[in-house]
Amino acid sequence: MTPPAVTPGVLAAAWTIARKDLTVELRTRAAFLSAAVFTVLAAAIFLYTWDPTAVAAIDLAPGVLWVIFTFSGLLGLNRSFGAELADRAIDGLLIAPISREAVFLGKALANLIFVLGVQVVAIPIVVLFYNLSLGWGAVAAIAGVAVLAATGMVAVGTLFSAMAVNTRLAELLLPVLALPFFVPVVTAAAQATVLVVNGRPLSGALDWIRLLVAFDLVFVAACTVAYPFTIER
Amino acid sequence: MHSVPTPPVATIETRGLIRRFDRREALSGVDLTVAPGDCLAVFGPNGAGKTTLLRVLAGLLDPSGGTASVAGVSLPGGVSARAQVGLISHHTMLYPALTARENVEFAARLHGLASPRVSAESALARLGVMDRADSPVRVLSRGLQQRVSIARAFVHAPRVVLLDEPYTGLDAVGAAALSDALAELKSDGAALILVTHHLDEGLVLATYVAVMREGRFVRYDRRDAIDAATFSAEYRALVGAVA
Repeated sequence: MTPPAVTPGVLAAAWTIARKDLTVELRTRAAFLSAAVFTVLAAAIFLYTWDPTAVAAIDLAPGVLWVIFTFSGLLGLNRSFGAELADRAIDGLLIAPISREAVFLGKALANLIFVLGVQVVAIPIVVLFYNLSLGWGAVAAIAGVAVLAATGMVAVGTLFSAMAVNTRLAELLLPVLALPFFVPVVTAAAQATVLVVNGRPLSGALDWIRLLVAFDLVFVAACTVAYPFTIER
Repeated sequence: MHSVPTPPVATIETRGLIRRFDRREALSGVDLTVAPGDCLAVFGPNGAGKTTLLRVLAGLLDPSGGTASVAGVSLPGGVSARAQVGLISHHTMLYPALTARENVEFAARLHGLASPRVSAESALARLGVMDRADSPVRVLSRGLQQRVSIARAFVHAPRVVLLDEPYTGLDAVGAAALSDALAELKSDGAALILVTHHLDEGLVLATYVAVMREGRFVRYDRRDAIDAATFSAEYRALVGAVA
């Protein structure tokens, strides 16, 4: 006899889904390896096309870092709902007694951890390639900016991944839909990173930080509410 | 026009249920009633609307018209309706990279079971796949995957069980394990709807039988009121007429 059940709350269900997604990614490493290889290759290409006599490393590196974050993140976002289509695992999620919002938040949380994992790889590579001398304080500041930026990008990207996944051109459609929404995030994050890399205090980038926080609040809420409408009913 | 026998208490009930996809009507006014411990076997050719009926009752699709209720909850019923339902479909709904145990345990967690691991192991043992519990699903044969999928669907002891060609891909051992599990669920009071092309397997479990064509039931009888051989001949004539 199965013991009585108490349907899980939104956060508990979201964590269960995120943990499942991360376990699948740890087993296959398909998206993370692709993103890590992309990170190294992109950093190397930018390095070899860089003229250090024309642009200083501290001016170029923040832009490189955020281009890498943006496109490597898309690799993970593409797989987010794509992995659910194999043998219609998504149906198993949708018939479970959990809210649709929990499904979205679980997917978004897994994507956030994925993107942050890519950033853990990308930041040292860019610091190394461009010979930046950053103290722990600067690294912590960049990490904070990265978390704020990743949160907004993942919220938007997860929603568009859910919308694009059932189309024939999902891998093309996701960047076309998501990149315009990434522009304010990447701009704010890159500007804040420029200040940090130039050795100035993060307090000088408060306006950019506020923009990132506002973007996160608006788009996490809006995308969570919008997700149920992307499901065929 | 068929008349729907009405058992005393309905676990699944639809009246005039309609589901449209754009202009096409996949369900065109379906009436059915399934009481606790009963099994409705639905037969019909491809495209008759059988799978759509199950997807509506499972909460994956909203009705376009008419009424439907599952375990006393009107559809679309959200979380409270879905908590009562177990669905087995053409697809296994499993994650190939996870083990059999992890897949079933994941479903148990989503249903909020108190001991997800214990419940998962119990469900796997019931389907005779406990010895492969730690194998990734991707290395299992199609038949074993189907058994794990059934364990996933049954792990929360659903009151409403929706089965879409559940015997597909199962060997004799798997089919027997599934039949035993379904019989146990029936005797525990679950209401079952079994959709299949195969008359033999459907008639064994059925309390009621229905034939579906073009989105509606064209026959609906108590199982004990029909003769299997006669029904089989009539059904083949009906399906042949469609083709």
